[in-house]
Amino acid sequence: MGEVLVYVDHVDGAVRKPTLELLTLARRIGEPVAVHLGPGADTAQATLAGHGAVKVLTADLPEFAEYLVAPKVDALEQAVAAVSPVAVLVPSSAEGKEIAARLAVRLGSGIITDAVDLESGDEGPVATQSVFAAAFTTKSRVTKGVPVITVKPNSAAPEAAPAAGTVEQLAVTVGEKSTGTKVVSRTPRESTGRPELTEAAIVVSGGRGVNGAENFKVIEDLADSLGAAVGASRAAVDAGWYPHSNQVGQTGKSVSPQLYIASGISGAIQHRAGMQTSKTIVAINKDPEAPIFELVDYGVVGDLFEVVPQLTDEVKARKG
Amino acid sequence: MSLRIVVAVKYVPDATGDRHFAEDLTTDRDAVDGLLSELDEYAVEQALQIAEEADDAEITVLTVGPEDAKDALRKALSMGADQAVHVEDDALHGTDALGTSLVLAKAIEHTGYDLVVCGMASTDGTMGVLPAMLAERLGVPQVTLLSEVKVEDGKVTGRRDGDAASEQLEAQLPAVVSVTDQSGEARYPSFKGIMAAKKKKVESLDLSDLGIEEDEVGLAGAWTKVDSAAERPARTAGTIVTDEGEGGKQLAAFLAEQKFI
Ligand SMILES: Cc1cc2nc3c(=O)[nH]c(=O)nc-3n(C[C@H](O)[C@H](O)[C@H](O)COP(=O)(O)OP(=O)(O)OC[C@H]3O[C@@H](n4cnc5c(N)ncnc54)[C@H](O)[C@@H]3O)c2cc1C
Ligand SMILES: Nc1ncnc2c1ncn2[C@@H]1O[C@H](COP(=O)(O)O)[C@@H](O)[C@H]1O
Repeated sequence: MGEVLVYVDHVDGAVRKPTLELLTLARRIGEPVAVHLGPGADTAQATLAGHGAVKVLTADLPEFAEYLVAPKVDALEQAVAAVSPVAVLVPSSAEGKEIAARLAVRLGSGIITDAVDLESGDEGPVATQSVFAAAFTTKSRVTKGVPVITVKPNSAAPEAAPAAGTVEQLAVTVGEKSTGTKVVSRTPRESTGRPELTEAAIVVSGGRGVNGAENFKVIEDLADSLGAAVGASRAAVDAGWYPHSNQVGQTGKSVSPQLYIASGISGAIQHRAGMQTSKTIVAINKDPEAPIFELVDYGVVGDLFEVVPQLTDEVKARKG
Repeated sequence: MSLRIVVAVKYVPDATGDRHFAEDLTTDRDAVDGLLSELDEYAVEQALQIAEEADDAEITVLTVGPEDAKDALRKALSMGADQAVHVEDDALHGTDALGTSLVLAKAIEHTGYDLVVCGMASTDGTMGVLPAMLAERLGVPQVTLLSEVKVEDGKVTGRRDGDAASEQLEAQLPAVVSVTDQSGEARYPSFKGIMAAKKKKVESLDLSDLGIEEDEVGLAGAWTKVDSAAERPARTAGTIVTDEGEGGKQLAAFLAEQKFI
């Protein structure tokens, strides 16, 4: 079986969950080789090896942080040259997609973005995608070059699979043209202590119906009682009630949790595009005609300011 | 010398329409009305603002697409762009992202540019890969996913709000930029703008004008293949209750039954 390169998404060696999902999917088509760029490979090693990485290729150059995207493409391109993999998997983050895009051009390879599942096929890996705001499911393949595939978070349950995970240095030369875009400053996002929106098992979202920044506490309280992440519709974000980084939908995050709870959200197509693949969908809306009810497993027609606090209390009571 | 801005805009099926696949598993462009991708309106808007700030600038809007894609160009021209380039060729049907980026890159080079402005993603394919591919093909800096952008003294600067951090970016021109829907609402075309657009120049190019072989693009030249497309089964109708004082509790009971609590 050939090797599959898996690009590691991490913060100083703390591996993010989507990478573990990628390692799990990679094992269906070959032997995962992790590519860890930046600091912390020694910290990440145990996690990567524990999820099936036979090797961890690493390089830690200042250019990865000082310039946008391109130096990482150089590294990945050189990892491909060193390993000759059967496929390259990259998490479908904004940056991941850009890295994959440039890599595909360089390798002369086809690219598939936002896969939600991956299996091995006679003619190479077959990717499942969810398109047109999740109205259709397609199966596609790359027909030229080394398949470059980006995979959405929550596409697989990470499985433990102990492997060697030997750390090896990857020699990387940063190209002359790869230092064109300087990162002049970087302000890390403040942590809310809540789960990452795209990785969370439960997402609780509020929309225009929440009617004010201060009222978002109602949504946050429910989220905290369930250990959930908080999302918002674009209407709520545009009104300045909640940060854009929490927006769910076409131009926000795309989420696929076990449970999605929408309160005061009508269910516009652009919102659905970001949440329609959630396993169980619940909505609270005072308008019985709201399109969100077409999607729900359970819906409550009512005032969210009545229903949500009662639900929160009941969750707390049941959890004891 | 004047600042030459090229804005890449896509003509897409209306997202609120009932979008489908055609028999050859390409996007069915006949079933639903098309329009200028809403996310590319933000690109046109930022280009207009950059041009307003510059002493002398010229905006060319560029699209690769079928005959009807002229509508998207007209809309951008009526917003205030100066001229348009339309790459149209029967052989383009079914072209994938890599092929599209090749055609766009050649057309941008043909037009001449200092700055390329793109939207964050197209509303139909939603790949969000074209701007990065263009930077790679053109060999110029990529300054993408900006919620704020500025061009001054031959430099482009901007703010990129990412997952983990907000970054301030900087690059020398020429460069490829993409802007998000946080960059500022796009203007509506004025009546005067709509009238003026009718007289603006739209240059039509085909593959031979750009020196591209037919087999490099189109369905046959695509580097990916869609094997099947299935309509997602309609979600089975859920339970809907009306709150009569117990709605929160009923919902909690459902969540407990589903083992969420
Ligand atoms: C290019 C483009 C991209 C977009 N991207 C996104 C995106 O990423 N994400 C996104 O969400 N939208 C996006 N939109 C916007 C989208 O079209 C909708 O405008 C938006 O989702 C509406 O948000 P909403 O449901 O909160 O507001 P509304 O549509 O106004 O709905 C509010 C709902 O709250 C209900 N309500 C009001 N008060 C209460 C109450 N007290 N109790 C219970 N219910 C109540 C109302 O009945 C109503 O159904 C995009 C649009 C475009 C054109
Ligand atoms: N056919 C096209 N013609 C012109 N510009 C395009 C085309 N396809 C994509 N683009 C540009 O590339 C951006 C990202 O598109 P995509 O990678 O397809 O999501 C869009 O917002 C447009 O600016």
